[in-house]
Amino acid sequence: MNQQQNFWEFVVLQSDKLISQTLTHIGLTFASLLLAILVGVPLGILIANKKKMAGTVLGMAGILQTIPSVALLGFMIPVFGIGTVPAVAVLFLYALLPIIRNTYTGITGVNEAVRDAARGMGMTPKQILFQVEIPLALPVMLAGIRTATVINVGVATLAAYIAGGGLGEFIFGGIALNNTNMILAGAIPAALLAILLDFLLGKVQHIIPARIKSVSLLLSVVLLLSTLFYFKPVGERKLLAGFEPEFMGRTDGYLGLKSEYKLNIPSVVISDAVMYEAAYEKKLDVIGGYSTDGRLKAYNLKVLQDDKVIFPPYHAAPLVRQEVLVKHPELQNALNLLAGVIDDSTMTELNYQADYLKQTPEQVAKNFLQSKKLWREPQIGTGPTIRIGCKIFGEQYILTEMYRMLIQGHTQLKVETKTGLGGTKICFDALTNNQIDLYPEYTGTGLLVILQPAQPDIDAIMASSDKVFSYVQNQFEKKYKLTWLKPIGFNNTYALMMRREQAKALQISSISDLKNYLEKE
Amino acid sequence: MIVVDNLSKIYNEVVAVEEVSFTVKEGQNLVLLGTSGCGKTTTLRMINRLVEPSAGQIYINGKSILNQPAEILRRSMGYVLQNNGLFPHYTVAENIGIVPQLLGWDKKRIKTRTIELLDKLQLDAGKYLHSYPHELSGGQQQRVGLARALAADPPILLMDEPFGALDPITRLNIRQEFLYLNELKRKTIILVTHDVEEAFALGDKICLMDKGQIVQNGTPAELLFHPAQEFVRNFLHPQALLLKMKAIKFKDIWNKLDDFTDLPAANYPVIKTEQSLWDAIELLQQKKADKIVVTPETGNQKKIISSASILQALSPEN
Repeated sequence: MNQQQNFWEFVVLQSDKLISQTLTHIGLTFASLLLAILVGVPLGILIANKKKMAGTVLGMAGILQTIPSVALLGFMIPVFGIGTVPAVAVLFLYALLPIIRNTYTGITGVNEAVRDAARGMGMTPKQILFQVEIPLALPVMLAGIRTATVINVGVATLAAYIAGGGLGEFIFGGIALNNTNMILAGAIPAALLAILLDFLLGKVQHIIPARIKSVSLLLSVVLLLSTLFYFKPVGERKLLAGFEPEFMGRTDGYLGLKSEYKLNIPSVVISDAVMYEAAYEKKLDVIGGYSTDGRLKAYNLKVLQDDKVIFPPYHAAPLVRQEVLVKHPELQNALNLLAGVIDDSTMTELNYQADYLKQTPEQVAKNFLQSKKLWREPQIGTGPTIRIGCKIFGEQYILTEMYRMLIQGHTQLKVETKTGLGGTKICFDALTNNQIDLYPEYTGTGLLVILQPAQPDIDAIMASSDKVFSYVQNQFEKKYKLTWLKPIGFNNTYALMMRREQAKALQISSISDLKNYLEKE
Repeated sequence: MIVVDNLSKIYNEVVAVEEVSFTVKEGQNLVLLGTSGCGKTTTLRMINRLVEPSAGQIYINGKSILNQPAEILRRSMGYVLQNNGLFPHYTVAENIGIVPQLLGWDKKRIKTRTIELLDKLQLDAGKYLHSYPHELSGGQQQRVGLARALAADPPILLMDEPFGALDPITRLNIRQEFLYLNELKRKTIILVTHDVEEAFALGDKICLMDKGQIVQNGTPAELLFHPAQEFVRNFLHPQALLLKMKAIKFKDIWNKLDDFTDLPAANYPVIKTEQSLWDAIELLQQKKADKIVVTPETGNQKKIISSASILQALSPEN
């Protein structure tokens, strides 16, 4: 992580991926555009002739346009699943409005005297449409297509959320990994593509009327051909994997799978939000998720054993300011009540209750503590206030609630929770700047995100959870005057997972099993 | 021959045209004259069925036009609009070729005909054939519009304010050409205008309309000298003097003219009996003379009239 890669080096290194992503991006844009033209232009012509319908149709297309693109993607998954089809469907819906509206405006804007002359000379309605109205409306219609194209190049980046591919893979991967080169490698080609297409279509738009016929023809041929990019034949495959963008770019993720396990599995990039469900619905066979995610249980997935240990340990433990512990020794005792109490499957179960069964974190925390006989009626606090922070996801909320209840039940201290502090960076900065007193952190995160030691140091300790913990504990004491208390027990690390019944049927229980299965003829 | 029989058009209970009837003989020019909103354009547009009549019938050569497909009907009639309605994305040649193409003429025939028409309308074919309408002046555009209407040599020509969008001088020039264009001599023409002078210059017959009805249908002279209603007199009043001078020919007042006996010394301008009083006045001004000699159609007896007597001839008792 320390070595700063030059942008061009990155581009050269990833040129294969870059080219294929760009082609996919073009394919996505044009496939949806073609569909939108095929539907939008006739619809625009229809409402230009039946003005009563115009309000309704334009209104509906307008409403579609206002739905946030990520939400629209979400709506598409139950209908179309993941991958190409829902991505094209969403882009199609976005492209629809400018095309319908400009077709309508273009056709209704044709000079009435010209239309009158056409009728008066004995042209049929069809002849008037094709020889007069469409050619004269074409510049306006092309402007609509131009707008739709630029919109689609932008929105197509979101296809990466649902395994649709495209330059979004780099962009979202780069954001997740805080890798500027990767973000730029996606964003710059996307922007250039938008500018280039806008420029070319702008040229077409101002072409003199006489050539408009041949240009339109050329345009449709180009459109069709580029659409074909996207429907390149998919080879036969045994299993399909889906990984979120961050996983794709990490050495303790996809890159590690390739280098350490020599695992070669066809994979798509997909958002964490839909990945588990996609695995459950057999759209994907292997996914890279988090080992304590509640959806593991909800969708009956099995974690594959990381037998070569490429995923670093991410044991959760409270990270507390030293100063507070010294001042209030009773705090440490209260927090340690949870040490070693929650194992992987228990945490998965708790996350399942909160994320999937939609119980409140407070309820989940209280039920659990009661079952472990750790819950006590909160005392009327007389001491100072302890401020607990947490990152913005379910597991952290549950842990924070537990700590609040333990402190209130077992000490005289008052508690204030500051939940939803975004990611690691925000929580950590809040802690070092005395905005909060503690938050639950993961050892692997402490090591790789905060400390960022040199690679040999990481390699030396990675395989052992205990070594990682003591390394992190020592370094944090020294550098930041922060204390890692005893781990809670579970390890929320990256993991490969499969549907339980499929793993059983194929006799796969570790990542090496998976690799062997894939290589078997 | 076009027969319009009790034609009406009602839009949402508003009567635009009410029981209009007239006949246009083959080769005749009929002008529908009136102010805007009088129903003259609606009447014209019913004849090529751009407007479907609410009631009444239209016959062309005895056959009702309402029984044939509107598109086929329209291809047999030329149609000229005020704003020319040229297709902006078609060249001059393509514009003129529209109807012939609809009728399935071959390319060579269309081209020959196009060039022929451009020549007749005094447009340089070599220069303008492949120009676009926006590259032409208003007058040239209107000529192309006329050429387009004439392209397939239709027996009938419908013209809706054909010179209305032109400036007065261009209008006068094109109207003159129009009067002397051979192509038009054989055509049955129905022309809509609000311009009284234009109506009198171009119409064999004039139908004066008001509020959707025909007020008077007759020759220019009938309207001038025998107005059927006060409305007609008032409508023509501002230009009455000029119109009368143009309408009255010397043959009409032949008997009231003084005999002319040759006086060798006098060198008077000479005019024919079928020419109008207006022609005489223009000639007198041009020659700076005060008397003019009129030569008869038959016989040898010439007559003479002074400029003062010409004005007297316009007095009410005449």
